[in-house]
Amino acid sequence: MFNIEIDGQQVEVEQGQMIIEAADAAGIAIPRFCYHKKLSIAANCRMCLVEVEKARKPMPACATPVTEGMRVFTKTPAAIHSQRTVMEFLLINHPLDCPICDQGGQCELQDISMSYGEGVSEYTQGKRSVDGDDLGSLVATDMTRCIHCTRCIRFCEEVAGIKELGATNRGEHMEVGTYVDHALESEVSGNIIDLCPVGALTSKPFRYQARAWELQQMPSVASHDCVGANTFVHTRRQEVMRVVPRECEDVNEVWLSDRDRFSYTGLESEERLAKPLVKQDGQWQEATWADALNAVKEGLQRVKDKHGASQIAALSHPSSTTEEHYLLQKLMRGIGCHNLDHRLNRVDFSDQDQFGLYPRIGTPVAKIDELNAILLVGSNIRHEQPSIGLRVRKAALSGAHVMMVNPMAYEFHMPMSESVVVKPSEMVSALAQVAKAASELASGEVPAAAAKLLSGVSYSEAHKTIAKKLADAEQATIMMGALAQNHAHAANIRALCNLIAEFTGSSCGALTEGANAQGAWLVGMLPHRAMAGADAMVPGLDAQTCFAEKLRAYVLHGIEPEADVANSQVALDALKQADFVVSTTVFVTDAMKEYADVILPVAPATETSGTFINVEGRWQGFRGARPAFEEGRPAWKVFRVLGNLFALEGFDFESSEQVLTEVHAKVKQLEGKVHAWVAPERLPASHEKGLEVIAERALYQTDAIVRRAAPLASSKANPEFGVHVSVQTAQSAGVESCEQVEVKAGEHRVSLPLVLDERVPTGAVWLPSGYAESAVLTSHATVTLAKG
Amino acid sequence: MSATCEETVKLSDNVRKEIDDWLTRFPPEQKRSATLYALRMVQEENGWVSKPHMNAIAEYLEIAPVAVYEVATFYTMYDLEPKGKHKIGVCTNVSCQLCGSDKIVEHIKNKYQVGLNEVTKDGKYFFQEVECLGSCCGAPVVIVDDKHYKEKLTPEGLEKVLQELEG
Ligand code: SF4
Ligand code: FES
Ligand code: FES
Repeated sequence: MFNIEIDGQQVEVEQGQMIIEAADAAGIAIPRFCYHKKLSIAANCRMCLVEVEKARKPMPACATPVTEGMRVFTKTPAAIHSQRTVMEFLLINHPLDCPICDQGGQCELQDISMSYGEGVSEYTQGKRSVDGDDLGSLVATDMTRCIHCTRCIRFCEEVAGIKELGATNRGEHMEVGTYVDHALESEVSGNIIDLCPVGALTSKPFRYQARAWELQQMPSVASHDCVGANTFVHTRRQEVMRVVPRECEDVNEVWLSDRDRFSYTGLESEERLAKPLVKQDGQWQEATWADALNAVKEGLQRVKDKHGASQIAALSHPSSTTEEHYLLQKLMRGIGCHNLDHRLNRVDFSDQDQFGLYPRIGTPVAKIDELNAILLVGSNIRHEQPSIGLRVRKAALSGAHVMMVNPMAYEFHMPMSESVVVKPSEMVSALAQVAKAASELASGEVPAAAAKLLSGVSYSEAHKTIAKKLADAEQATIMMGALAQNHAHAANIRALCNLIAEFTGSSCGALTEGANAQGAWLVGMLPHRAMAGADAMVPGLDAQTCFAEKLRAYVLHGIEPEADVANSQVALDALKQADFVVSTTVFVTDAMKEYADVILPVAPATETSGTFINVEGRWQGFRGARPAFEEGRPAWKVFRVLGNLFALEGFDFESSEQVLTEVHAKVKQLEGKVHAWVAPERLPASHEKGLEVIAERALYQTDAIVRRAAPLASSKANPEFGVHVSVQTAQSAGVESCEQVEVKAGEHRVSLPLVLDERVPTGAVWLPSGYAESAVLTSHATVTLAKG
Repeated sequence: MSATCEETVKLSDNVRKEIDDWLTRFPPEQKRSATLYALRMVQEENGWVSKPHMNAIAEYLEIAPVAVYEVATFYTMYDLEPKGKHKIGVCTNVSCQLCGSDKIVEHIKNKYQVGLNEVTKDGKYFFQEVECLGSCCGAPVVIVDDKHYKEKLTPEGLEKVLQELEG
């Protein structure tokens, strides 16, 4: 630490800092285009020139390190002269088409040329123009406006990890683009819109929709993954116009995934539900809220009176707010129903009593960057949790060993230290092998149960490497992804991961699905747990059993079973035969109209207040950015009124804050239990017949809103739709030359496009879940392929 | 990644061997450094560098295709379009001009009916304007197929050079 002087002000700096960083920290403005605190230094725009005492020439503040006793001047005649001339240079080829440019009003070039430029230019020659590439459905290009700062190029290469953009040709002919007109494949591509200091890269869905000064900004929290990226929702006349990142160093830094950025477009879907619907004599009628809520009360009461409340189940989407999860379970438990769950994609619940307060990541999100070793188990991290993916990549680039045990040879655009890729059925044994190797490295005594479990397991070099790298690392973590948690033997996988963690001194945790699985666990939206980890007084049925048992009534909150539930066909069958089904939802579907009796429009996260608890246990509250659409209501209000209709006590909330206060108070009273590791009895043998199914929730199929976002649906980041197999698998099934194949699972036959994909292990097929077309297949363990 | 149906080419064994040789001169994680040479090898063998060739280089060096496009388009001596069977570079810089390169240019225009940086109609020659070849003592200089210097040329001398190429 030492002092330098900037514009006469003493500024404390650290060795190695650049002048611009010191100035930023001290609140002294230096204009810049190419410099960005999260990107490498390019120093190519020269906008940041300042005068430094004793230097012969003006110095670029972004690339000049501070030195003891340095005196910097940003506003002397020499500095101003430099700024003016650079500005004039930068505008030589810029079209100055601000009136028709989407960036107008929020443009760094516009602002800086107003404050630092001169009104006239000596350049009178013609300007060049550039045909921009078509970068796909998310980012619009007007490359004539590009000032070649290369922020976008550096972002793709350094942060996103896919070098998709480049600067081709040179001098006056230099162009920024893909050169071959290819749509961006990155799952975080939208960040280049924010980074571009001019109007060269703008949001395609937002194009020509609004001017920046017409927008109102509301802080919010993204609702599509377990990180809860901080956002601003921009509205105009109470309409959501776009979503942009809100800087939060501990959560999403300055980035936002495309899913969180563009999913708002799904809210404009034609399936958006405007009014409550009630089915009367087989006919759907619009109803008033009072009538619709009465119909719900009567329907549930009827089933309860006739069959008992144990014939009712309530399921809520894990992306619902904590307040909603809380009130729904309070309502249902109040009327005697204990079949509650939000774990829609899980199939193995055998270890549910061994969970702590809620499943969580083994290390705070902000600390991922500092880890020395990371083992990903059953996770396509980039698609599943884009923000965590960026952090893991950052760790990898600073030397962490990133490793995986996965059923697919995913390409993560980062150096991988070791990969074990096995068929789903072999995941357990692969982890047992790592555990065995780890047990031999462990310093302490191996617990008898573990030793017994692992006796007879032999391992190979790869397993040993993983164990060793975890053990050697100062800070290591194991992250279980969706493919681990939704595995048929999820409990075994979890037990083994915990065991490996114990042997290697690592932490271990899960990347949960939805935005608020933690909230659901905490408030007891579970069959076996009530508030804050307390055991449920009366245990209920888990999500899959609720459907398998074919109960008489269902309450669905934010769920489209055909896409959101693991055994979707079983779920649909159960719903169709039920006597009464109520769905609280943002959209209405044809399927819903078939099985439901009452459909209630509720507000999505942009239209209601609430709280998400993220995967590290961070409570993030937000308010609605606009009132609910048409007659939609916040779901917490719906559950509150239902509580009143059932004459239940403790349903007098006036606001969601009051609900939250009650949750807080109850959580404080109770302590989450710590559960010791329990060894599984034995490990499952792997002998599956047919081709094993790897059903991965597709990138843009996470929930009802994302699924309807048209720009996301046509993004090239989507996995290619179809059944993915390796060439070898295709050959042995005799389908290598087919375009369309018939996939058989039990009595189901579905015709799907064949995609040859070397990432899939031989003997397995990869299927995207969340699509209606493949829904019946993804819940099966095995399938066969035939020419179709 | 999944298979695509874009046109692809394979680098010849020879080119691969040459690239491998160059790769030994750089740290193993800096394969990108061999891009310049890889492009040169391909151009020598093929006469020009096509997009599929650039993609093949990217794949071989395990770098992004656009990283190869950047290099290939930055240096003007890579030909990214087919340029005739033989490339005849005529230096038009000061020394050569003083010693009569303009006569050679004139001759080309008259005899072959093309200007500089154009390909003859029969596709045989690509006459290119090049900057100083660093051989001013031999001005006027012409470089044939990026490799062979022909010095102290006259229009007649150029004709002889072209005839030798035929032979
Ligand atoms: S497109 Fe924008 S971000 Fe990219 S180089 Fe040009 S001005 Fe910079
Ligand atoms: S910001 Fe310093 S040179 Fe661009
Ligand atoms: S000017 Fe022609 S070789 Fe130097």
